[in-house]
Amino acid sequence: MAKTLDINGKSYSVEAAPDTPLLWVLRDELGLTGAKYGCGVGQCGACTVHLNGVAVRSCQTPIAALDGVKVTTIEGLEGLHPLQAAWVEADVPQCGYCQSGQIMSAAALLARTPKPTDADITDAMNGNICRCGCYQRIRAAIKAAAAKAPASATAAA
Amino acid sequence: MNAPVKGFSPTRPSRREMLVISAATAGGALLVGCSPANLLSIGADDHFGPFGPFLRIEPDGAVTVVSKHIEFGQGNHAGLAAMVAEELDADWDKVKVVQAPANTKVYANLGMGFQGTGGSSAIANSWPQLRNVGAATRAMFVTAAADRWKVPAGEITVKNSVVSHSSGKSATFGELVADAAKVAPPKDPTLKDPKTFTLIGTDRVRRKDAAAKSRGQARFTQDVHMPNMLVAMVAHSPRFGGKVKSFDASAAKKVPGVVDVFQIPTGVAVVANNTWAAHQGRDTLKVEWNDDKAETRSTDAILASYHALASGQAQPSGEMKWQTFDSHGAGAPPQGGKVVEAGFDFPYLAHAAMEPMNCVAEIGGGKNKLTFGSQIPSMDQLNTGMIVGALPGSVQIETLFAGGSYGRRANFKSDYVSECVHVAKHVGGGRPVKLVWTREDDMTGGYYRPMVHHAVKVTLDADGFPAAWCHRIVTQSIMKGSPIGGGKLDESAVEGVMGSPYLKATPVVDGQVILPDSPVTVLWWRSVGATHSAFVMEHMVDQLARAAGKDPVEYRKALYAKAGDSRRLAVLNLALDKAGPAPADGWTRGVAVHECFNTVVAQIAEVKLVDGAPKVGRVVTAVDCGIAVSPDQIAAQMEGGTCFGLSAAMFGRITLKDGVVEQKNFDGYRVLRMTEAPTVETYILPSRAKPSGVGEPGTPVIGPAVANALLAITGKPTRSLPFVTSA
Repeated sequence: MAKTLDINGKSYSVEAAPDTPLLWVLRDELGLTGAKYGCGVGQCGACTVHLNGVAVRSCQTPIAALDGVKVTTIEGLEGLHPLQAAWVEADVPQCGYCQSGQIMSAAALLARTPKPTDADITDAMNGNICRCGCYQRIRAAIKAAAAKAPASATAAA
Repeated sequence: MNAPVKGFSPTRPSRREMLVISAATAGGALLVGCSPANLLSIGADDHFGPFGPFLRIEPDGAVTVVSKHIEFGQGNHAGLAAMVAEELDADWDKVKVVQAPANTKVYANLGMGFQGTGGSSAIANSWPQLRNVGAATRAMFVTAAADRWKVPAGEITVKNSVVSHSSGKSATFGELVADAAKVAPPKDPTLKDPKTFTLIGTDRVRRKDAAAKSRGQARFTQDVHMPNMLVAMVAHSPRFGGKVKSFDASAAKKVPGVVDVFQIPTGVAVVANNTWAAHQGRDTLKVEWNDDKAETRSTDAILASYHALASGQAQPSGEMKWQTFDSHGAGAPPQGGKVVEAGFDFPYLAHAAMEPMNCVAEIGGGKNKLTFGSQIPSMDQLNTGMIVGALPGSVQIETLFAGGSYGRRANFKSDYVSECVHVAKHVGGGRPVKLVWTREDDMTGGYYRPMVHHAVKVTLDADGFPAAWCHRIVTQSIMKGSPIGGGKLDESAVEGVMGSPYLKATPVVDGQVILPDSPVTVLWWRSVGATHSAFVMEHMVDQLARAAGKDPVEYRKALYAKAGDSRRLAVLNLALDKAGPAPADGWTRGVAVHECFNTVVAQIAEVKLVDGAPKVGRVVTAVDCGIAVSPDQIAAQMEGGTCFGLSAAMFGRITLKDGVVEQKNFDGYRVLRMTEAPTVETYILPSRAKPSGVGEPGTPVIGPAVANALLAITGKPTRSLPFVTSA
């Protein structure tokens, strides 16, 4: 069954059953492999993407739910997002597998809360597991990116 | 050769395979003059460029270091490249790192004798190997420039990939590389005095993969797509040791996208055109299992049997027997000395790497190729060769980034790799097959940190120091059944107790271990024996200090003095110095020190109780790992190792009910999240010694440090992990 999806500003037509999770359409059908499979049950956050600017687990999102929804993946972040620059500056990643999801959760946070408190950061990031334990640097990188951003809300991507 | 195990071909190996296997597993005793590394390399490509297998320099001057070690978070690629770049005087900002292919002879871990990453050895075993590569190549460039300019080599300098002469002449690596390639490499190049290092030991040695990993561009096995590729999932026995009795694939075959369903040694494979179809096909499969040889006990029952052995209520049966790992001194402990007795229980632990196990194999049609995050390429080649009937060296492996391992991917049985090869062999024709394990497959798939019980009884002398130390350990053997197991004492079960300065300082010691079998598969888990031994020794010593009425830090110092352990003392002193005055109200400090993989780590954790659970704030970490190649990545490993160890100490627990694993995903197997993450400060002890590893030693210290803080807060010792047992 053909379904039209709006991903990173482009229109894609995909052949997949309506209950297929967005994650597997992104990865297997469209070659957008930045979002990762980590748990399949919305527990780890490795598959995080934005739906209309909100951070959502793509493994829990059937493509049937995406009519008129703008999907943004890590590949759709414009240029080098300030968070990505901060991630490199702080040498955040270790194995790196969870980092697309971490950055997408952080990007949604900064879009709605440009100057987050520690509690804001913990709330926004607690759904993203990092088994390498990069949490301390993730927090520092979010703060560094926020410090460089203007105080008003900006687009998510 | 060991008995057939899960993942191996059930058929008898051919004579040729047996020769190869025997050579690899018995140190090559059958074939005099042939080292295992040479044998495992037959069939491998041996053609390398003028600068050898570890370094390529292109006509445009680009410098590429070839890493024989996989990068799955440890940061070793940065350190390995820095060793070459330092001696080569290359422009660090333009140095790239790529992953070596499988080639046992050329890319052997010099501490192992075969190609593999583990035991926190990447940096340690490559020193000075890679410095020699850089220094030899630098000398080739200097000779080439001296010949071109007709000047003495001694007047030539190299900096940032530019070769210069005092006359003002200069040339880039790119401009000289054609001539340098013709120079014979010196056999014993002169290495720099570490005092003159300009890159090693500086904060410039940073990850080369941070940008790719921050853009979703790093390539993992999960991301591999090849034309005509199939995706496979396998239904495994819910019980360890269970076998397929029968299966009904009719529903699975009706799932759109499912291509085939068939039995392999480890279960029933579903192959499909994409991951979701394979997943749905696997879920609709009906399999009946034969549990005749399966583990059907619950973990409570297994642990109770460990307690019975340790206490002497049960006697060893079958091949099981007590083995002594430390016995010194003799005679009865002093009469009337204070006795401290404690038992400690540790659960099975899953590694739970973020990227569940997976592999891509192309088998048949003249091809034997694997594409995945291979941690021990030599063993993955050997096991693949056995399954497909090919020489191990002819099995090609392209190693990708892996989303964590923590020991899980270093499996002498190549469990999930062999599974993928069986599926791809059945598919045949060299058609690529990607085996995908779901999180549930990964969590319930075994190869856990073994469950462990320690029983300790210490008698103190009149001064309050240990006079006699009796120690019993009951756990499964990790090494049994591995090619390097050998049937001797499995040191991985006792390391950290064996060799402890506290035992050295004790006049009479009786340490024994017993290793009961179970079909539950076990494996090393980041820091291996230290995951439990560090906890027991460091938490025990605080209990002894309390019994003696002494300060735990001063008590340690006195024992280090008795044992002549100046290294631990120095690291502890550094941590104490950096920790400064007592913390703010509400926080209590706990201290622990441990040495593993030749690296010493001391931690001072600031802890408070929140709703009955420990909350860890600041963690002051001091580390002695010899010369610090990449201070930034040493700190990263201390931060990450601490989180990994704290995650296990706080929440980690795999339990079995009637043989079936109860935790299926991260909702059941809780791991550390940002809320619980501590703030780790890392201080590196200055050293002139050669580097030792940091991937594992940061893991086992936080658990006992927290337990010691809890002991100070509540007066109660911790007898089992994890600290938090509610969901």
